[in-house]
Amino acid sequence: MDIPREDLIAMYATMVKIRYFEERIREIYLDDKLPAFDIAAGRIPGEMHLAAGQEPVAVGVMPHLRDGDAITATHRPHHIAIAQGVDLQKMAAEIFGKDTGLGHGKGGHMHLFSVQPEFGCSGIIAEGMPVAVGAALAFKKQGRENVALSFFGDGAANQGAFHESLNLAALWDLPVVFICEDNRYAISVPKEASTAIADNSDRAAAYGMPGVLVPENDPVAVYEVAKEAIARARSGGGPSLIEIETDRLWGHFEGDMDAYRSDEFKAAMAERDPMKTYPERLLTEGVLTPEEQERIVREAHAEVDEAIGFAESSPYPRPEDALLHVFA
Amino acid sequence: MTTTTERKLTTQKAIAEAIAQEMEADDSVFVMGEDVGVYGGIFGATEGLLDRFGPDRVMDTPISETGFIGAGIGAAINGMRPIVELMFVDFFGVCMDQIYNNMAKIHYFSGGNVKVPMVLTTACGGGYSDAGQHSQTLWGMFAHLPGMKVVVPSNPYDAKGLMISAIRDDNPVVYMFHKGVLGLGWMTPNPRAIGPVPEEPYTVPIGKAAVAREGSDVTVVTVGLTVHRALDAAETLADKGISAEVIDLRSLVPLDREAIVESVKKTHRLLVVDEDYRSFGMTGEVVATAVEGAFDYLDAPPLRVAVPDVPIPYSRPLEQFVLPDADKIVAGVETLMAG
Ligand SMILES: Cc1ncc(C[n+]2csc(CCOP(=O)(O)OP(=O)(O)O)c2C)c(N)n1
Repeated sequence: MDIPREDLIAMYATMVKIRYFEERIREIYLDDKLPAFDIAAGRIPGEMHLAAGQEPVAVGVMPHLRDGDAITATHRPHHIAIAQGVDLQKMAAEIFGKDTGLGHGKGGHMHLFSVQPEFGCSGIIAEGMPVAVGAALAFKKQGRENVALSFFGDGAANQGAFHESLNLAALWDLPVVFICEDNRYAISVPKEASTAIADNSDRAAAYGMPGVLVPENDPVAVYEVAKEAIARARSGGGPSLIEIETDRLWGHFEGDMDAYRSDEFKAAMAERDPMKTYPERLLTEGVLTPEEQERIVREAHAEVDEAIGFAESSPYPRPEDALLHVFA
Repeated sequence: MTTTTERKLTTQKAIAEAIAQEMEADDSVFVMGEDVGVYGGIFGATEGLLDRFGPDRVMDTPISETGFIGAGIGAAINGMRPIVELMFVDFFGVCMDQIYNNMAKIHYFSGGNVKVPMVLTTACGGGYSDAGQHSQTLWGMFAHLPGMKVVVPSNPYDAKGLMISAIRDDNPVVYMFHKGVLGLGWMTPNPRAIGPVPEEPYTVPIGKAAVAREGSDVTVVTVGLTVHRALDAAETLADKGISAEVIDLRSLVPLDREAIVESVKKTHRLLVVDEDYRSFGMTGEVVATAVEGAFDYLDAPPLRVAVPDVPIPYSRPLEQFVLPDADKIVAGVETLMAG
């Protein structure tokens, strides 16, 4: 691995933070809704899409980002936001619907918007893709050496916005990188039942841009492919499409019975869980010591616990504040 | 047979049963949409259909709403009777062109020569903190655009009968089920979401309102989940000596204007309740209908309880502030009675 040691370690530390954040959110979300699951109940109501298993996608890309780069993400946004460095306390507070949240409780977990760093997400499939194209268009017009990244799922690649966005980005030669998180399912529908070809990365050819498949859920593999694509975009070489085969370890949303995926499939995912395999590799190769690992885990957990504590102890917005912020 | 009519179903199961019975009766009926197969529909509207009818008649689609809703139109024109599910009505944005420029207009453009017998089913409504892209009702917008019938059942009996009518209708019908009336196990329990449903197929006419509760002092007109809220409010009002009549519109297109006018002529007061946005929507249309048809009978200016013109917010206190509920309906009626 000719990757700087601090990047290897930072990727691991961020993975730990993401997984622990998702675990805490899941615990609080479900705890409050038992014994009879009621989606409206508890400290975190509504739908909850968690990204446990997809950490490598987020952490492999982020070391290549700079100030001023922009990201659009999906209904499953936490891992990307955390890796980009979105304020964890404000993000947690938004998920809890608190006044101290990123959007004062108006948006919730599918609608996290951060100005610095620039992050946005949406509950509508593929909705962020044209917006990333537009961010890249602005960067080009302004002569800024920034890139826009658009994250989306394998399911989104069959939405019109995917195809229109890729064409526009290539046509206008924009600094945007499209990153497909291929967890092989769109809710219950497997990719082979929704997509006529095997690999979405092949679709890049139709729009005249490079397309690369990362066939493993590994931060190092993602790091290398993302490095090249982001450098190319930043230096005026135009857009790329990256498809990463990753794993959604839990249900589509919390409360999903997940009956459409077999026990073998789930066992195989657990077996190759990157939270297990990646640190094992770092330890074996001597990149990480057990003492360092312990410190990383401790610090990451403390940061997440603090963010969730902040969210829990923050006040709710006043009901009538619902009327604020429609217009500037 | 009284024994069969006493069978109780949730609204969700009544919808699935109606579809199954029509698929049984008519080979041209088929279902497509996201997660309608193995999952049975995210809201259970197609529960059990895949096992019974197989993947050729219960088709899971990619997330390509423009593609598969447009394909529904093409199939409908060519001898099929598709039921196409748009998972949440909020997603109409990615496919509205096919819906309002195509599905709704082909019959008119063809001078009545081309029929589009298709049902577009979709889930709507909020109240469970799913935020502004998964909580809207938006029926007023569909109703605004000519060429599609718009059906909004509030209970299991109507849900089954209206679904069968919708499937047999030669026009495009947008069948909008509020998540809160379905009786889903993972939503807040709602006793009004379960009720008697006859086992045999039957129809409920599209375009006929129902008097959900008779009353003499004030008319409350509404649709969907707020019918339940209005019935709750009517009980509270009865304790206070106010007799409220609750009209469940059941469909916005056609709108049963006669039912509105008749009730207002009887009660002389009108409150319109809607979980849709306040401006340019159903509430304004119902008030206009009453003013046009029963102006001289009105003892007070009509009032509206609807979502103020803001997107549905996520946080519980914010969302509860904007959504109509029984307390707001009671307060509205009391204002009317004082007027
Ligand atoms: C336009 C639109 N259609 C349908 C949905 C409902 N929906 C939410 S998530 C999802 C599956 C998305 O799959 P994918 O893009 O692969 O992302 P994943 O959930 O696997 O992360 C669907 C169909 C939606 N939110 N927006």
